[in-house]
Amino acid sequence: MKPFLEIEELSVRFHTPEGIARAVDGVSFHMARGETLGLVGESGCGKTVTSLSILGLIPSPPGEIQADKIFFEGRNLPDLSPEALRQVRGQEISMIFQEPMTSLNPVLPIGRQVAEPLITHKGLTKSEAYEHAADWLEHVKIPAAGARLNSYPHQLSGGMRQRVMIAMAMVCRPKLLIADEPTTALDVTIQAQILSLMLGLKEELGMSVLLITHDLGVVAQMANRVVVMYAGEVVETAGVVDIFDRPFHPYTRGLLKSMPRLSTRRHARRRLTEIKGTVPSLIRKIHGCKFSDRCPYAFEICREAHPQLLSMGQGRFVRCWLKEYPERRQNV
Amino acid sequence: MSETPLLAVLDLQKRFPLGGGMLSKPRAWVRAVDGVSFDVKKGESFGLVGESGCGKTTLGRLVLRLIDPSAGRIEFDGRDLTRLNRSGMRLLRRRMQIIFQDPYSSLDPRMKVESIVTEPLRATQRITKAKRREAAAEFLARVGLSTTDLDKYPHEFSGGQRQRIGIARALCVRPDLIVADEPVSALDVSIQAQVINLMEDLREAFDLAYIFISHDLSVVGHICDRIAVMYLGAICELASSESFSLAPRHPYAKALLMAVPQPDPHRRVKPVSMEADVPNPAHPPSGCTFHPRCRFAFDQCRVERPALIDAVPNHYVACWLNQGRGVEGETE
Repeated sequence: MKPFLEIEELSVRFHTPEGIARAVDGVSFHMARGETLGLVGESGCGKTVTSLSILGLIPSPPGEIQADKIFFEGRNLPDLSPEALRQVRGQEISMIFQEPMTSLNPVLPIGRQVAEPLITHKGLTKSEAYEHAADWLEHVKIPAAGARLNSYPHQLSGGMRQRVMIAMAMVCRPKLLIADEPTTALDVTIQAQILSLMLGLKEELGMSVLLITHDLGVVAQMANRVVVMYAGEVVETAGVVDIFDRPFHPYTRGLLKSMPRLSTRRHARRRLTEIKGTVPSLIRKIHGCKFSDRCPYAFEICREAHPQLLSMGQGRFVRCWLKEYPERRQNV
Repeated sequence: MSETPLLAVLDLQKRFPLGGGMLSKPRAWVRAVDGVSFDVKKGESFGLVGESGCGKTTLGRLVLRLIDPSAGRIEFDGRDLTRLNRSGMRLLRRRMQIIFQDPYSSLDPRMKVESIVTEPLRATQRITKAKRREAAAEFLARVGLSTTDLDKYPHEFSGGQRQRIGIARALCVRPDLIVADEPVSALDVSIQAQVINLMEDLREAFDLAYIFISHDLSVVGHICDRIAVMYLGAICELASSESFSLAPRHPYAKALLMAVPQPDPHRRVKPVSMEADVPNPAHPPSGCTFHPRCRFAFDQCRVERPALIDAVPNHYVACWLNQGRGVEGETE
């Protein structure tokens, strides 16, 4: 069966005054229909740029996208005309962003913003579209939705704005929802509301979700499979249980161990395991493994040759020399 | 309990005017901090947790008298700060410092690291240039930076390194108390762990007390000895981290704890979502301010505000359920 979304060798470079920044460097992954895929990594690892390039939203210049393929439902998205791509965006793939205040238009009432995709993509009349918009605002549990159609974004709280964003993304019933840090700007109790809303909608519409986040807790609760990115590359891909129970890549292990947790026993409180150093510059060309200078298990070859993304069977992939030198794992 | 605490806060209040101008009266008052009492012992790390707008930052600033309280007392080492004049305050400031959330806006971009780090020194005492440089070098080393960084500007550092500079600045006058306002919220997980570990080491080395303000329960639970949960300007629960994480008692604190997504795919919990958002602090609900969102609210909650009293020794809760009314343990 053909995958629902398949990305192969996606690279995005930005031409900057300091040199060429490889924001995304040969990223490949795929998604099955109905799946929630968690795309995890720290700031600057390329997770947002990856998602924007699926939609063709990277401005060029300064950006420059190269990809062997970005297949979505049998079509290669980079081959589509701008008009055809616009139809895919919004109708089949839609996106919600981190900061609901800056991604809503501050001078338009929310009803109009939710109705707009229906008018442009589905050819509905204005009154039909507004009716739908009101239904959707109710669906995302905005109280007194009908009366809120003429409200402006600044009149709503952060959680309510994110609900409006979700309604906007949902009105055309997309097959794929790309959610880029959808709850990062929200308080935890509001985050819980939004996540449960997203889970409900996903089940109801049978859509697939590409969930981009730095929060491993959110990933553990929401995702089926996880792609871990570091410095523009995929370093590990696995099912969500494998990632948390049997992480392979030292970076994944480090991320999991560096998370603080509430402990119930005083003496059980341990020092956090830190990952030494900082993320490498995207401009400097690194010959070996990009994580080698922070990796506690690095050995000679890690600094000399760049590891490939290798299969570990059962859909798991890892980019690490320890995979090829299992005897080195003794020390891990 | 014979020891006098380093800091004792007694029925502290802060009201901010809403609207109004030079000649007109304000339309309303927001009670940002509404009758808060707690104390911090020498060398203790005390956590203030709550969602946006609960008053935790205002409380932190009141404690340092960066803003003046509307009522109440703040006793630092037995002296009432609210009665001190400017010069008296200036002398005491040396003993209490602050670390800010945003490592980008809290460092002056036009100052060199040496001047940034020693600014509190220069403000509180006469000191020669050579001594200043020596002190800057010493404290930079303490936070894991090097003497070669003395003449650099903030833009040459990453977020985590900037936060280290902010910590060195707070440390250089050897304070007894540091108010840390969301010091790691802007940092990535792996860097966050480095800064948390650093703060724990420094606490031990300098016998520091922290007031650690954060929205993140896992971080606070990891670093703090005691936790106070705030809701709409008041403390609703105050306990040791262990006692709190073992058995939170206030319905809001419970919901807050439950809402944190757990990094464990085996334990997927459907969040108990609290209906409605946080009420407008300008018009707080009657009685217990949490009652409109509380599943267990009964008549008394709507009319009378519960006091913060100890339900079990050293575990304080402001909830009628824990004061003899309502059924203990029915909360699950």
